[in-house]
Amino acid sequence: MLIKMIPELGHFALIIALLMAVVQTIMPLAGATTRRPLWMAYGHPMAVGQFLFIALAYLCLTTSYAVDDFSVANVANNSNSLLPWYYKLSAVWGNHEGSVLLWSLMLAGWGYAASRFSAGLPRDMIARVQGIMGFISVGFLLFILLTSNPFARLLPNVPHDGADLNPLLQDVGLIVHPPMLYMGYVGFSVVFAFAIAALLGGRLDAAWTRWARPWTNIAWAFLTVGIALGSWWAYYELGWGGWWFWDPVENASLLPWLTGTALIHSLAVTEKRGSFKSWTVLLAIFTFSLSLMGTFLVRSGVLTSVHAFANDPSRGLFILVLLAITVTLSLGIFALRAPRVSHHVSFSWLSRDALLLVNNILLVIMTVTILLGTLYPLILDSLGLGKISVGPPYFNALFVPLTVIMCIFMGLGPVARWKRMAPREVIGKLWLAGGAALTLGVVLPLIYRGEWNLWASLGIVAALWIVLPMMRDLVDKTRHGTTRLAGLRKLSLAYWGMVLGHLGIAVTIVGVAVVSNYASERTVRMAPGTTVEIAGYRFTMNELVSRRGANFIADTAVLDVHNIDSGRHFQMRPEKRFYLATGMPMTQVALRPGLLRDLYVAMGEDLKDGSWAMRIQYKPFVRWLWLGGLLMALGGVLAIIDKRYRRTQAAGHAQPASRQHIEAQEVTP
Amino acid sequence: MTPKRRQKLLVILGCLVLAGLAVGLTLYALRANINLFFSPVQIAQGDAPVERTIRAGGMVKEGSVIRDPQSLDVEFQITDYVDELAVAYSGILPDLFREGQGVVVIGKLLANGQFMADKVLARHDENYMPPEVAQALEEAGYSAADYQAKAAEVGQRLEL
Repeated sequence: MLIKMIPELGHFALIIALLMAVVQTIMPLAGATTRRPLWMAYGHPMAVGQFLFIALAYLCLTTSYAVDDFSVANVANNSNSLLPWYYKLSAVWGNHEGSVLLWSLMLAGWGYAASRFSAGLPRDMIARVQGIMGFISVGFLLFILLTSNPFARLLPNVPHDGADLNPLLQDVGLIVHPPMLYMGYVGFSVVFAFAIAALLGGRLDAAWTRWARPWTNIAWAFLTVGIALGSWWAYYELGWGGWWFWDPVENASLLPWLTGTALIHSLAVTEKRGSFKSWTVLLAIFTFSLSLMGTFLVRSGVLTSVHAFANDPSRGLFILVLLAITVTLSLGIFALRAPRVSHHVSFSWLSRDALLLVNNILLVIMTVTILLGTLYPLILDSLGLGKISVGPPYFNALFVPLTVIMCIFMGLGPVARWKRMAPREVIGKLWLAGGAALTLGVVLPLIYRGEWNLWASLGIVAALWIVLPMMRDLVDKTRHGTTRLAGLRKLSLAYWGMVLGHLGIAVTIVGVAVVSNYASERTVRMAPGTTVEIAGYRFTMNELVSRRGANFIADTAVLDVHNIDSGRHFQMRPEKRFYLATGMPMTQVALRPGLLRDLYVAMGEDLKDGSWAMRIQYKPFVRWLWLGGLLMALGGVLAIIDKRYRRTQAAGHAQPASRQHIEAQEVTP
Repeated sequence: MTPKRRQKLLVILGCLVLAGLAVGLTLYALRANINLFFSPVQIAQGDAPVERTIRAGGMVKEGSVIRDPQSLDVEFQITDYVDELAVAYSGILPDLFREGQGVVVIGKLLANGQFMADKVLARHDENYMPPEVAQALEEAGYSAADYQAKAAEVGQRLEL
């Protein structure tokens, strides 16, 4: 009996969570304004309770999936009794309702974490952060309960079996990509809450940047991994071998990443030098707003893509209103409360401050251009001015040159000093690295391929220009220790985080430059016995077989691959699957991954005369794209572990003398 | 000018130059890379530009798909049940490409009226007509009733 009531239990749990979120919004915010500790004390228990009840609701939905309760519409539409258990569990977020529930669960989780690990903060600051997190949560829980109830039943006509999960989603990518991406999206809510709380409380000092930095880094690290996983998934799942399509949905995730990256850098300036304060707060607001906008684009059905499950206009409208409220309220608070007497910290043109300013400007320009290209067709369409699409050439034409300019400054940034630096010192530090980057950039493609390619060279020069000055700096920094090793140990984890982050960008750039310029692809007609040669590999189709999987039947091509140089042999088995429940065909790619190259074979279509159209690709250095993403995320995590932040949390706002000096200069109304 | 003022001026000038550069590049790139959408009706009326990358869409006409037996060249017609458009393509068609189903093709219209597609996207829609095409038909003065029954009939017959 109880087991039959699980969906209702989940529904009730959501309603209780909503009520708790309402209390969490009102009491701490009111308490902080009227200075009542008892009211403020509501915040933490409500954050805990809200998290527990949303987790309970989530567990209920997952249970319904696990036990194949097809009386729940969500389960019936997105699962099937034949679906393997791990896809049943991840099918929960493979649809609109479930993914919004996951969003809310993560929001509550972040809210709980922010509340739990902020023991050292001033009480009113914690209360305000809790209140703002509660406010966002109210919005999303209302959204679920009013427009997207995952527990809606199909009674009394319960289907015998479910309609099955979209075959494109039946992949390990579904298990890892959405949770990571959401953790990133939602994680920026914490920084946002800190920024608004600081504005409300007039505490926009160096201390808040120290609290905000670890949260920014961790959210950014999750988002980085999420985007990298999404790119990797699209690469092998869609069967084209592309890794970035400038699809609006991809852009939606890249936008908060770009402003998030800018935020990380501007937080550094605000913490160390006390400048850029208002700008940092503004970036925090923009980053979270862009996360919300991404959710709107993906969840509203204005786009047609694998990601867009919903096409109920009321849902889109709801998120749009939520987005409008968030942006208007937060910009309003910013306009009223941002420091009016701005605090001038002068710096010269050749200083880390100036370079980070350039970094921020470039990242914002990138964000604006991508935003424009993404929204332009939607705006024209909604105004009835015609259906256009903005293709990848637009994005490449802007993003590539901007990235190159960014790389030039990235080489300088890590070695530059705060405040000012003599040009001679910069040249002295960099001439060797610059020369080496140029030479190697020109020579390496020649050695690698025997033919020179401008773009590949440019990419390698840019990557080396980022890495080599950092190496030089490492050598300089360890020179004075008793031994090099001791010198290396003295460097802070935050510094290593920066090094890894920049190294990650360089690795990704090498990947992009090489795979874009040296990849080869052939689309051919193949029958058993046909041989095709590509980039030093000989592919021979051996036979065509059929096999039956758990919930599909498949035509499998067995290809013998022969590496002409090394003489090694191996087999590749691409498949064309036909999923029984949905009747949908799906291409299962055969991959031979490697650090220096991927081999990629996809079955196209049955040409009915015993032959198949096949797409065979050679993708050099494609793994470097995602490897770079992982390095960046690892850098973000390392920077959080730095003991500087733990000390701050333990000791509260007790700051070293030098910080107090800066704080004393802040005048916040 | 005090050094502080000069610095400020430089900041502002730098921002202006960068912003100007960005706006210029953006507008140039946008203008060169916008792909307009046309339905077979509009193309038959001569609305679509020749030799420029555009998008076109409709339903794959029943019995019109012809594969070259040697290569991967394929020809087919797309229809909005008012007019038709002949499309030539070389390569792998998407998994969901089928006669009686919606597609969107990206490519260039040749002077002889044939469409050379660089990309073919399957556009499955339960209303049997890609939304872009439905809208284009509406603008050309055809109501949904004119084609929907026919499209549904063909779609259902081919699905069985």
